[in-house]
Amino acid sequence: MENHSIVIPTREKMFNMGPLLKPTLGNIITWIILSVGLVITVIRFTQGIGSVANLDDNQPWGMWIGFDLLCGVCLAAGGYFTTVACYVMGMKHFHSAARPAVLTAFLGYLFVVVALLYDLGHPLRLPFMFFFPGTTSVLFEVGLCVATYLTVLFVEFSVAPCEWLSNRFPCVLKWRTFVNKINILLTIFGMTLSTLHQSSLGSLYLICPGKLHPLWYSPFIPMFFFVSSMAAGASMVIMEGFFAHKGAHAYMDETHLRESDTVVLSFAKAASFILMAYFMLKFIDMLVQANFSYLFTGYGAWWLVEMFGFVLLPALLYAKGSRDGNVKLCQYASMNAVAGIVLNRFNICMIAFNYQLPSAERYFPSIWEVMISVFVVTMIVTAYRFIIYHMPILYEHPDFKDAH
Amino acid sequence: MNRRKFLTLLGSAGVVSALGNAATPSTAQASHVFPYYPESYGVLHDTTRCVGCRRCEEACNKVNALPAPDKPFDDLSVCNTKRRTSATQWTVVNKYEMNGKAVYRKLQCFHCQDPACASACFAKCFQKQPDGSVTYNGSQCVGCRYCMIACPFYAPGFEYNEAWDPLVKKCTFCKPRLDKGELPGCVEACPMEALTFGRRTDLIKVARARIADNPDKYLDYIYGEHDAGGTAWMVLAPANPKGPKIPPENPVLAGPELKQLGLDTHLGNQPMGELTYGALGAVPMIVAFWPVLFGGAYGMTKRREAMHKQAQEQTKREAREDVQAAVDAAVRKIQETEGEGAADRARKAMAEALKARESAGKHGEGA
Repeated sequence: MENHSIVIPTREKMFNMGPLLKPTLGNIITWIILSVGLVITVIRFTQGIGSVANLDDNQPWGMWIGFDLLCGVCLAAGGYFTTVACYVMGMKHFHSAARPAVLTAFLGYLFVVVALLYDLGHPLRLPFMFFFPGTTSVLFEVGLCVATYLTVLFVEFSVAPCEWLSNRFPCVLKWRTFVNKINILLTIFGMTLSTLHQSSLGSLYLICPGKLHPLWYSPFIPMFFFVSSMAAGASMVIMEGFFAHKGAHAYMDETHLRESDTVVLSFAKAASFILMAYFMLKFIDMLVQANFSYLFTGYGAWWLVEMFGFVLLPALLYAKGSRDGNVKLCQYASMNAVAGIVLNRFNICMIAFNYQLPSAERYFPSIWEVMISVFVVTMIVTAYRFIIYHMPILYEHPDFKDAH
Repeated sequence: MNRRKFLTLLGSAGVVSALGNAATPSTAQASHVFPYYPESYGVLHDTTRCVGCRRCEEACNKVNALPAPDKPFDDLSVCNTKRRTSATQWTVVNKYEMNGKAVYRKLQCFHCQDPACASACFAKCFQKQPDGSVTYNGSQCVGCRYCMIACPFYAPGFEYNEAWDPLVKKCTFCKPRLDKGELPGCVEACPMEALTFGRRTDLIKVARARIADNPDKYLDYIYGEHDAGGTAWMVLAPANPKGPKIPPENPVLAGPELKQLGLDTHLGNQPMGELTYGALGAVPMIVAFWPVLFGGAYGMTKRREAMHKQAQEQTKREAREDVQAAVDAAVRKIQETEGEGAADRARKAMAEALKARESAGKHGEGA
């Protein structure tokens, strides 16, 4: 067996902090980013948003919403994508990919909420939306779905910490059994919630047709967000797998290693089809909205770069990669696709937003805003590392082989 | 007419009247009158009368106790740079170049009939009041600033530099003064009567009368009568003296004229919030249908797995029966030709061989 070297926490040794505390280059960079982030956090919450951000009255949503929220939620779509494929569609050979995908989705959503607190003027009042529900607001739907889905993801994910903690607290196993019983309900509920809020992140922009460039504004923008989130989900599973293999190979068991190439190739095939469909949707929409003449402007060129370089190109690379069984090419394509999703969200939130304003009144994020986003990503990576060093994510716990 | 026939007639009459009732609100909705307060107030801003004196800005600053500006209000050079409203300036006057002539326009919250900010707010901070003002309750504001994204007029400002209680700030229509029976500060201060306060329905009549009396002076378009679903504050713009006459109320042809004044005529006649109602309306559909769809997919997966398993077992059983039949036939043949003893040996040997094969197969599966 190849998993003999996996450090499985026992009753005597619950913690395995070694890999996080060793002074390697990666860890040192992590510590620096986390300390800088903490300092900016203190400044942000004692001096106000204006002290760190370049946000202004024309651009109330910038880097934090554009990257941390729009991209964060979209890139966490791997959770619903993988669980639906595995549990609902019965593709059992994706089983080893389900737990890592649920974990990244849970962390993704958790830190979306954390990052949101930086952007809100009154972060402590976030629950007010439940006390004074503004039901006509798309943002209300987003908030409600994200809050509910975060709970669902927490429950789905909770079996892993249960298996870890059962050494000391055997009572948590009752919870684990319960969650395993309702797993399919959680998956379907999660799918429903994801469909709703992935699309409503796009619907947020339906209300401002005068501000968003016509090439990106469309009555179908909710559909574009949802379809692209599926591609993002598949791509993120491939990309995360790539990085996990780089950094946490020792924590993967035989099943995970055996299935990982199949997962990459199957997800690449799915992503290829979805990206093709997305390309066609966007292209037809451009024609139907009579936006063809905009293609010959600067924004049109930029739109074409997005569509051909970051939607069609990864779709073709995925197609070739999955057809040839070329895992490396699929991994490259996944990075191209993820970059494309980020570019699309940046375009909608920042680059094509307020396109009519003179450039002097346009927004560019400050270095501190970017640092907060980097800080949030680093927190996700650190939390992910802590969890895979302690809990059975990339391997099956020998005591709990019944998980499926 | 017997009793039954009478009841039938009565019944169908009831259905017809119910249909009639159902049809009435939908036609009313089509003209976008909700929430429509017929007695609500508005202000008509006649840009042909405005001279850019900034008295309105000064009055606004005073009556709302806003912080003192960097440059004094009598410094008129400020108008030359394009400004927008902000948390500390709830109204500003900008100078625009319109067909080669300087035209001043006052910017403030338009107090929409069905405001985008109110539709967008997820904590219900904004409300259209019966007097026409759009009010904001900061005590429940989360500070998400979606109202500012939604506002098509770039009106609300946010206190970015306030750490503990940052709020959205915008023109209140001087709601506290209206409640006391006073005019809004800016309207009272205007020396040119460029701002006319009144019931919105009356203001539209006033505006029409002005256009009719001076067709060469005014562009035949009341900005805000229908734009973005209608606004309480409306704008009259000067006509282009050299250009062709623009037909009345034509947003497409009036567009390039009003664009020079920084006014967007492409917002449509529907309230901005309505653009999102289709997407929001799909929510219950998805909530109702997705569990059925995916539950069905799950059911099909389960069924397929069960059938697959059953078929596999069937194949196995048949194979086992085939082997057994072949063994029996072979043994019978041996019994016929070579006698009872040989048959027993053959049966035993075959049984052992099958057992050995089975256990080897099991071992192979287990590995």
